[in-house]
Amino acid sequence: MQNATLKVDKEMIDEEAQQCLTFMLGGKVYGLDILNIKEIIEYSEITEVPMMPDFISGVINLRGSVVPVVDLLQRFSSRLTDISKRTSIIILEIRNDDLRIELGIIVDLVNEVLDIKQSEIDPAPSLGNQIETNFISGMAKVDDKLLILLDIENVLSVDELSMVGSIQDS
Amino acid sequence: MSDDSLQVFSDEAEDLLEVAEQALLKLDDLNDVKETVGDLFRTFHTIKGAAGLFGLNSIVEFTHIVESLLGKVREGVLTVDENMVSLFLASRDHLEKLVENALSGADSLDDDLKKIDANLVTRLNTYLGVSTGQTDSGEDGESNLATATTQEKNGVASDNWHISLRFGPNALRNGMDPYSFIGYLPKIGEVKSVTLVEDAIPEWCDFDPENCYLGFEIVLNAPTADKETIEDVFEFVQDDCKISILPPHSQIEGYIKMIEGLPEEDMRIGDILVACGALTSSEKDNVLNAQDHITDEVTASDSTQKVPPLGEVAVEQNVVQQEVVDAAIKKQSDLKKKKTNAQQTIRVNALKLENLVNLVGELVIGSANSELNARRLADASLNEAMENLLRLVEEVRDNALGLRMVQIGETFNRYKRVVREVSRDLGKDIDLIINGAETELDKTLIEKIGDPLMHLVRNAIDHGIESPEKRKASGKLAKGTVNLDAFHDSGSIVIQIKDDGGGLSKERIINKALAKGLIQENQQLSDPEIYRLIFEAGFSTAEKVSNLSGRGVGMDVVRRNIEALRGHVEIDSEEGHGTTISIRLPLTLAIIDGFQVRVGDAQYIVPLDMVDECIELNDTLRGQDENANYVNLRGEILPFMYLSDVFGSANEIDKNQRDNIIVVQFAGKKAGFVVDELLGEHQTVIKPLGKVFQHLKGISGATILGSGEVAMIIDIPEMVKRVEDQGQQQNAASQLIH
Repeated sequence: MQNATLKVDKEMIDEEAQQCLTFMLGGKVYGLDILNIKEIIEYSEITEVPMMPDFISGVINLRGSVVPVVDLLQRFSSRLTDISKRTSIIILEIRNDDLRIELGIIVDLVNEVLDIKQSEIDPAPSLGNQIETNFISGMAKVDDKLLILLDIENVLSVDELSMVGSIQDS
Repeated sequence: MSDDSLQVFSDEAEDLLEVAEQALLKLDDLNDVKETVGDLFRTFHTIKGAAGLFGLNSIVEFTHIVESLLGKVREGVLTVDENMVSLFLASRDHLEKLVENALSGADSLDDDLKKIDANLVTRLNTYLGVSTGQTDSGEDGESNLATATTQEKNGVASDNWHISLRFGPNALRNGMDPYSFIGYLPKIGEVKSVTLVEDAIPEWCDFDPENCYLGFEIVLNAPTADKETIEDVFEFVQDDCKISILPPHSQIEGYIKMIEGLPEEDMRIGDILVACGALTSSEKDNVLNAQDHITDEVTASDSTQKVPPLGEVAVEQNVVQQEVVDAAIKKQSDLKKKKTNAQQTIRVNALKLENLVNLVGELVIGSANSELNARRLADASLNEAMENLLRLVEEVRDNALGLRMVQIGETFNRYKRVVREVSRDLGKDIDLIINGAETELDKTLIEKIGDPLMHLVRNAIDHGIESPEKRKASGKLAKGTVNLDAFHDSGSIVIQIKDDGGGLSKERIINKALAKGLIQENQQLSDPEIYRLIFEAGFSTAEKVSNLSGRGVGMDVVRRNIEALRGHVEIDSEEGHGTTISIRLPLTLAIIDGFQVRVGDAQYIVPLDMVDECIELNDTLRGQDENANYVNLRGEILPFMYLSDVFGSANEIDKNQRDNIIVVQFAGKKAGFVVDELLGEHQTVIKPLGKVFQHLKGISGATILGSGEVAMIIDIPEMVKRVEDQGQQQNAASQLIH
């Protein structure tokens, strides 16, 4: 009986907490819901796709399939990410209509996976930030550090990415 | 019933309905109707039989009526007219819907289907109803000849019960003694004859003495017994034993069903008939003798002539009803067909095929990687082995891709129906001429090109071909012609829809485009540019909107669909003489032979089929003008462009390095592209770039090189267009200067 209640409690906690992968990008700490993440790979040579905007770095060969890679820093602040030894590519799965699309993002450094409770997450501030607010799903304070939680569906909206490509082209 | 087997039924029904449609359309223009109607009858009958197997009553009932009408036609009681063909076509379409409905798992028909069903049944019955009155007398005479003792119209002559027994293999093991059942029968009535059917006995090496392989055909004279009493005799074995019991004078259908239910394969028709009790043994012997006699005569006179089948002999002598024989013949020919078909084709799940092609793609990439490493090791024997392997891989690739290739003829044939119906609706007389039906195309492409093609064919009929009066007035044949051609041309397949109608009116197109704001006044347009306007959204020049076309939604959708397949559309037209629409599609969507080049740091692939030649770009070729964007290629003007300009590679062009021009050809136009280095042939597995790059022009896809790097595939048709545009711009510019 007691066991059962304990279990329920634990489930409630699990439900509330969100698991986030944290990573560094341009000196800031960002967090991503772990459910979107497929895998993390070491940075490898990216093939540039001509006639595409700068924040689309190009494509990589991920075990035989061609996966586009986005330079997040470029998207946020028009700065190219410097490539270092610790640069990684996070492969995400983005939903677009009924399709699941694989996309990579370049990050400076992958940190760790954190449990973040819903109560610790504040809504995105509306001003004073470099990046668009609809890219952010919330802010969380972990160990006195501010963590920016990204709304990945907005950051990497496939429709928007491809639209930008077509504008650039014409 | 499992979904899988239902799917098989639906696939088969689909094929059969396809056959039926072709046959129906043949009925239209052929005078030799008899054979076609026979084919149709069999086709519908097969569908009915299969549907019965699955308990799909709605299909069985409907098909039965269609079949009855076809039967009347076959017997010559009714003659086919156009309306009847249309009715059959409508029925065929309805059946298609019924099959779909059954496949979706619906138990009953929805209201719409029911309405159509009822409507068609009434129309079919009108034909049947009219015919019954006329035919009864004639048929009676026939059946009187056949069987003097027939009481019911369709019943057989025999006034004995007929029992067909096939014991299951486990009968003996279960303690059943076949003899005891037959031994019991005299208690009910008089056993007239017992025929042992031992066809199920296998080769002796496979023979299992504990199995029961026996079957019996029993004729029982029991005027007092009812069916239940006889059934009760076999109560103990009915679970693992096939029994059919037919009462005296039972309907022919009963016999037909039983013949179809019999497991024996090689049984001769005579035996089947005897087994059915439709013929007695002695009758059959007579028939056999008669056949032998004919055979002798035939061999004496003309050895190539076919021996009339036993069945026909039997019918000629009026010993058995035609339908019984037909069923038996059909069973035999079906068996034969099944055997030959099994050798010719195998149904394969499309998904499996796709997986295979994908795997072959990976194999190609893997082998390219191995080759790269082997070359680096410079080991002679390893390299030789690699060469062999590569050749094999190439063959495997070609074969795997060949599996997906389908002839386009089947798709073309679908349009015969469209042309027939649409032209009739419009009161036009139009011939559809098909050329190159055997041209092969990737299955996925064929599926996706079907609808756009349909639209273009309809357009040709509706807008292209004029009314007969108008045609006569302009000195043409009253009968219009629409040509559907397919052929291969430098790595693409070309499908042309050509009509000899009124052609496109440039003036009207321009006026319309101006009204719609698609072009500016005073804008200079070349003929192809004007024609291309009709592919713009919302463009339609037909003054009146018919129910077929003219709403202007079609052409831009057509163009988009074709471009989504990496294809292109072109229009050529001569006012008063007709219009030709050419669709160019890539041969395959999976693997191509590519030509690898380097531009700046990046490597690119050009489809090899489109590469004409590679030449060095030197001063003699370039001539005096340093900045000209064309060269003199053996007296021909070849426009060209630097790929590095388009693809924006920042690298300085090394002046000392030799520049190469690849000369490509697409749709009869040549263009040159300057690249930094030629790297040679490369088997290219096309990887789609995905949605992110869907609007990117100039690149048609990506591939993975032997080194594991990704390379872009250049969209040659698009680039050729760019070179052309650039040339025109420069022309305009130079005109301004002068």
